[in-house]
Amino acid sequence: MATHKGRAKCIPKDPDAIFLPFQSKWIMDSSRLKLMEKTRQIGISWSTAYGSAERTAAQGARHDEWVSSRDDIQARLFIEDCKLWAGIMNLAAKEHAAQSPAGRNERAFLMLPIRQNLPRRVVDTSINRWDLYLLPLVLAVLILAAYGARQMTGPFQLGTPLPITLDPWSLPYYLLRTTVRMFLALAASLLFACAFAAIAAKYRAAEKVLVPILDILQSILILGFLSITVTGFIALFPGNLLGVECAAVFAIFTSQAWNMVFSLYQSLKTVPGELREASDVFQLSGWQRFWRLELPFAMPGLLWNMMMSMSGGWFFVVASEAISVANQNIKLPGIGSYIATAIEMRDLGAIGWAIGAMLVGVVIYDQLFFRPLLAWADKFRFEESGGENAQSSWLLTWLRRTGRIQALGLTGIRLLASSFTLFRRDYDGTSIRARLRGRLAGLERVWDATLAALVLLSLWHLLAFIHTEVGWREAAHVVQLGFYTLLRVSLLIALAALIWVPVGIWIGMNPRWAHRLQAVAQFLAAFPANLMFPLAVMLIHRWNLNTEIWLSPLMVLGTQWYILFNVIAGASSIPVELRYAADNVGLRGWLRWRRYLLPAIFPSFVTGAITASGGSWNASIVAEYVTWGGTTLKAHGLGSYIAEMTATGDFPRIALGIGVMCLFVMSMNHFLWRRLYDMAQNRLHF
Amino acid sequence: MEQALIELRDVGKTFRSADGSARSVLEHVDFDLRPGEIVALLGQSGSGKSTLLRIMAGLIGADGGSVLYRGQPLYGPARGIAMVFQSFALFPWLTVQQNVELGLEARGMAPEERAARASQAIGMIGLTGFEGALPRELSGGMKQRVGIARALVVEPEVLLMDEAFSALDVLTGERLRDDILELWEGGSMPAKAILVVSHNIEEAVLMADRVLIFASDPGRVRVELPIHLPHPRDAKAPAVRALIDEVYALMTASRAAPPTEAPARPHLVERLPAADVESMEGILELLAARPFAGHADLPQLAEESGLTDEDLLPISSALHMLRLAVLEKGDISLTPIGQRYVAGSNLLRHEIFGQQLLEHVPLIANIRHNLEQEEHGALRAEHFLKLLSDSMNLEEARDVLSTAVEWARYGEVFEYDYHNGIIHLPEGTPLTLRM
Repeated sequence: MATHKGRAKCIPKDPDAIFLPFQSKWIMDSSRLKLMEKTRQIGISWSTAYGSAERTAAQGARHDEWVSSRDDIQARLFIEDCKLWAGIMNLAAKEHAAQSPAGRNERAFLMLPIRQNLPRRVVDTSINRWDLYLLPLVLAVLILAAYGARQMTGPFQLGTPLPITLDPWSLPYYLLRTTVRMFLALAASLLFACAFAAIAAKYRAAEKVLVPILDILQSILILGFLSITVTGFIALFPGNLLGVECAAVFAIFTSQAWNMVFSLYQSLKTVPGELREASDVFQLSGWQRFWRLELPFAMPGLLWNMMMSMSGGWFFVVASEAISVANQNIKLPGIGSYIATAIEMRDLGAIGWAIGAMLVGVVIYDQLFFRPLLAWADKFRFEESGGENAQSSWLLTWLRRTGRIQALGLTGIRLLASSFTLFRRDYDGTSIRARLRGRLAGLERVWDATLAALVLLSLWHLLAFIHTEVGWREAAHVVQLGFYTLLRVSLLIALAALIWVPVGIWIGMNPRWAHRLQAVAQFLAAFPANLMFPLAVMLIHRWNLNTEIWLSPLMVLGTQWYILFNVIAGASSIPVELRYAADNVGLRGWLRWRRYLLPAIFPSFVTGAITASGGSWNASIVAEYVTWGGTTLKAHGLGSYIAEMTATGDFPRIALGIGVMCLFVMSMNHFLWRRLYDMAQNRLHF
Repeated sequence: MEQALIELRDVGKTFRSADGSARSVLEHVDFDLRPGEIVALLGQSGSGKSTLLRIMAGLIGADGGSVLYRGQPLYGPARGIAMVFQSFALFPWLTVQQNVELGLEARGMAPEERAARASQAIGMIGLTGFEGALPRELSGGMKQRVGIARALVVEPEVLLMDEAFSALDVLTGERLRDDILELWEGGSMPAKAILVVSHNIEEAVLMADRVLIFASDPGRVRVELPIHLPHPRDAKAPAVRALIDEVYALMTASRAAPPTEAPARPHLVERLPAADVESMEGILELLAARPFAGHADLPQLAEESGLTDEDLLPISSALHMLRLAVLEKGDISLTPIGQRYVAGSNLLRHEIFGQQLLEHVPLIANIRHNLEQEEHGALRAEHFLKLLSDSMNLEEARDVLSTAVEWARYGEVFEYDYHNGIIHLPEGTPLTLRM
């Protein structure tokens, strides 16, 4: 500081000193109790941090420094200051040691890098108010969950009716029961997904069988086979309600699991190569790799699919709770049974109440469960760029500020970490156990041949079955029905596209609306549209409309939103420069659509349309065959065929219907959607 | 002599491409990595040097020959061998501290000891204060520091670096390299030997005690060059400059062989250097102008153009291939045709380029010839892709074809329609050419 520029005067006597005189006086003062009344921003925290760091680092220091602060931000800033000083002192110590080769520890802070006990913990002297808010909430959720679960067991004999009232006041209880069932099913789906995906991704032989099965399972409903499983579950717990409950949970599980499995499997297969190599080089065992690499990588996709699954579960809540078996109607207490009863009694008010209760339920578990999870999972995003769509959750913020809950989480992490010690790789690269097993080409061929033989055998059985059980005429008839439904699905997706693509583009180009309306569209997609069906039935019945036409819109009632929110997302991600360019060259009218807007949103439209079309096929089973009390409305199609056969319990025909639907969905995926998707990926990508 | 840490004896590797054809990427590689040395592997992309590195890391198995680590056959990743990756390979959801601890955690080390060792490594590499940061908060250089700390914390005997500085900007890369050399010289580096895969010639010369230059198709060690200069080396020192020149000359030696000599494989399927027309033109203009005036030393040209060796070498071999310039002993000079090209108008440039293509690139001449045989002067691109994939894998064949298409478009030899995948003669080609 030999030369000074400018005209400012340096006030301190010693311009080279780091601290101002009052700061050094404050640091040097070794009184046991020091009080200071001060204004803001005079560098007292900064200089105190120096004192703390020096005292803690001193050779003979036996005490840690404890700091209490007004709030955690101030405390954290203080710790940053301490770190800064520690770093500077570390450097100074090195230089000093170099100057005096005798290496005497003249300076106390020489020991700092070894002791490593900088104050790292924030100790809040007041009661943590977040604990105060959160504890009741957590307790309430726990108690409710336990109560709901307790209600699931109890004596039960086939034939004794379970009373369902349409009193709105019993809805909270029903909501609780249904929610508990759905979360149990979700947990089961998660476990199943982990096991299934891990096996399929690891073993090629298993993959060859599991992936096609999964492809089929996720494109169809196996609702029709429910009645068989119910009998099995009831036999498992004789004289107890638990059997029926298990059957209901299983039914929900079958509607939730597949897309979760598929998402997880896809993620496991696409883990970036370098990360996989890094986990190999650093000797992670399979178990360690799953928790440290694969699951975190799959987390965002998995969570998204869990949310989709939850909505999917609501769609089948009626079918899963109101079960008919052996000519008995069992109605488990829950929203689904409530709705089923309301439909039987033609009570439109009750339906309204049920929809209201469900909305409340969806909002509650969204806020208490999915929102915090999404916000937490933000750190698992793989793309390294900053997140513009970062989720936030008030609950997660609370949880992160709460000492006790945090401690609970830490215990979980510690348990997991100790499992790493247990399941570690205990051999080295030079061990014979690491020897890469050469691929046994012969065995693989045998396995392939076995699979081919099995497929041929089952095909033969299928043909024989159709020949003897249902007859070829019926099969041809079912295929014809499939074309009716295909026509409906195609027309309605086209119609939905015609309406929602312009709307979505308009919303997407207006950033003020895009964010908000996208969330609304997502919520609408999650809402089980079949609850609105009774309303449609009443309207169709009253005006005596043609069911072939007017039942069709029900199929896209719930699925059209996928198109909308994907188009919004696509339109809002059009590069700004492209927009300017389009304006600049004066694209107008049809040319503007053809050359600029439609190609720009095409990839996201295809993504949305694939989901919407798959969902519509599924929805056709409930949409083409709707009951309202004694009235049954029905449109000719594959969906109504399956629904009708399910109602009469004709298993061969259910199987035939589902098989044909499967064929339709898969060929549509293969011949139409996959091609469009590839085209979008190759040619119309930014 | 001390026992070598890693010994490769007659190692070979063959990859099977999607269509089932086998392709040899490494053949007859013999190599010892001994304690106390830094070895650099240099070679153009596709010469199999990264594959060799992965074989030494135990990530992939060799098809032929033997791989020994401390005299034992190596079947998988070994504890004494750690690796630093080109694009860092940090786990984005783990903090710096957790990332560094990864290898220790995998071994089941107690948390306290793990934390202490990780802090030490973090301090050593200059990351103190960043323990709690997530990788996405860090700059590229900082990320690679984490990658290095993660490798060093397991106290490996062998440190493998796979183009560890190539994803960083020049300045950051140099600083990090100097830091590593400082650790190495100061004796605080736990590793007993370092193997660096690089395409940066200066980096290799400054770091290594031995440079191995790889030849492509299939990859094999072409030259081994010991470097006895003391550390730290100054890139400007005459001895270092001379070495860098020598390595450039060695690297371009095979390319410099005139294409008319007896070829190792049929001309048609020769791998085209991945050089785009724009950069070729830029280099030609740079070469023609002062201070080079038609003749340049490759390292100087690299500096002047701001291109990395990875970019510059394919460009100069492409110019050599088209006879617009000539490569000789690490120098490049304009040919008379090259001079005419630079002096010419745009129209003339297209024309010269097209002529040179037809004359010196058999693949392009062949495609043109085939198109002229067709009634409509058009053929599907798959046709040529298939031809190419007889002798290389599909991905390489795609690269070669897309380079050929770019060159031919510029030289107006033929055109390609992306939407329908058809290669056709340019509009207005006289019909008399078509039979």
